[in-house]
Amino acid sequence: MSAIPGVVAINTFREAVRDRVLYNLIFFALMMTGAAILVGGISIGIERMVIINLGLSAISIFGLIMAIFIGVGLVHKEMEKRTLYSLLSKPVRRWEFLTGKFGGLLLTLVVNTSLMTLGLAAALYYVGRPFVRSDATILVAVYFILLELALVTALALFFSCFSSPMLSTLFTLGIYLAGIFSSDIRDVGMFTSSPAIQSGARVLYYLLPNFHNFNAIAAAAHGEAVPFALIWQNTAYAAVYVALVLIASAAVFSGRNLK
Amino acid sequence: MAVPAIEILGLTKDYPSGFWRKRLRRSLDNLTFQVEEGEVFGFLGPNGAGKTTTLKLLMGLIFPTAGTARVRGRSIEDVAMHREIGFLPEQPYFYDYLTGRELLDYYARFFGFGQDERRERVTRFLERVGLSDAANVQLRKFSKGMLQRVGIAQAILHDPQVVFLDEPMSGLDPVGRREVRDIILDLKRQGRTVFFSTHILSDAEMLCDRVAVLVGGKLQGVGAPGEIVSMEVYAMEILFEAREGGPLPSALAQHATQIGGRYRVEVPEAELYGALEQLRSCQARILSVTPLRPTLEDYFLRLVGRGKAAPQTAEVSSR
Repeated sequence: MSAIPGVVAINTFREAVRDRVLYNLIFFALMMTGAAILVGGISIGIERMVIINLGLSAISIFGLIMAIFIGVGLVHKEMEKRTLYSLLSKPVRRWEFLTGKFGGLLLTLVVNTSLMTLGLAAALYYVGRPFVRSDATILVAVYFILLELALVTALALFFSCFSSPMLSTLFTLGIYLAGIFSSDIRDVGMFTSSPAIQSGARVLYYLLPNFHNFNAIAAAAHGEAVPFALIWQNTAYAAVYVALVLIASAAVFSGRNLK
Repeated sequence: MAVPAIEILGLTKDYPSGFWRKRLRRSLDNLTFQVEEGEVFGFLGPNGAGKTTTLKLLMGLIFPTAGTARVRGRSIEDVAMHREIGFLPEQPYFYDYLTGRELLDYYARFFGFGQDERRERVTRFLERVGLSDAANVQLRKFSKGMLQRVGIAQAILHDPQVVFLDEPMSGLDPVGRREVRDIILDLKRQGRTVFFSTHILSDAEMLCDRVAVLVGGKLQGVGAPGEIVSMEVYAMEILFEAREGGPLPSALAQHATQIGGRYRVEVPEAELYGALEQLRSCQARILSVTPLRPTLEDYFLRLVGRGKAAPQTAEVSSR
């Protein structure tokens, strides 16, 4: 197993830290503090639900912004600044570079998400509610958010292998939104008698990443358990999907002439 | 038979051009030559000649339309080849959030060196390029010359057998250029092969065992600098001071150029002794007599002048 992706990943993480990417945590901390004080003052009995909903949504949105906007620049920035020239003159294969960049951003997202989760826990503690067993669902919801972010990062990386950051952002956002509504796309096929539209809708349903299944925020807010089967299913789904997107990215990038 | 350090076999590169990218513009045309082990080889050409394209092809950054190349017998497509080479890109840019020490340590990791060896190498090579004092400064605070030096350090950090340098003197002050020249000569003493592109011909004349000249993507000649240009003396240069208040010989006066209090004149070799006799009769003080030979620069300028008649890169076909 090559150690090179790990070397690239650590450097990508270091870049994110030194470029002050994790400063978004300050905004998150301020938001959670404000929300905890506000909710503690005005809500009766629903503090838990409001704080968890708000906190998990913020974790998801902050993570998505990072995954998309940093993800689309991962390869493009190295090409634009020509840092890739020195790197690829070393015994580094292009797929190793890509995997390393993906791993580095994922590591950044894991650290960022973990710290935000701690912030959420602190806000829950502030509103005076003891932690109970069902709070484990919050961790499952966070885990699903991370799986979702891994998928989005892989897609952003894929598009950045052949298009500009602007187009890559639009493509990634488009696929993300379509992926949230992928079940609806399948349903559209059911309401038509045209076999062509039915087949098209089915192909799209299977091709698009199904982000709908990764949303456990409502379950966490209401303290409902998430079935183990869903956890395994989502984990396997994300792993296979990410692997396929990374293979496609490597195939595209390996044949690309660097300007 | 010894394997050449670098073998370039018919390398050709076309780029698509035009709005529909259907036309092809030839940037490099059937380039073929060899560089032997231990040579310092200069790759000369004006801007747009195809020097950087060649280096990018050799590094696997772009892919050839036709032809191939080998370094120490290994194909340029073989990633193991990269263990034996070092590369300094033109106007290098590195991760500016890293310090010089961190950057070299990062690159050293790709060669599998252990921590102690990395530390020792990084310190040694930072010292070699004169950056020991700036080792812990972030690269965003480096000057262009310092970036060039750290670029050279990363290219030779792993003791490669073949070093490719794209315009290594560019952006350096005279002291920096001298230091780079010393590094190149040092690499030669160690038996390494150095392939460098440049348009500073004095550097090529001073350092290179052989040179190749590229104009408009086409190879114009390969050989020792002395083979490339004729070594025949075409004139003699006389530098002299006239006697105070004294006249200049009339035959020389119309051709002489005054530089400060001195005069410079060029005469055909056959007329040298006659000119010296005239100067002696006027009691002029002769400072130097130098034979003039065409330089690599003359050859180069002649080629470039010829190249101007045709476009630098040719459109080759439509797809």
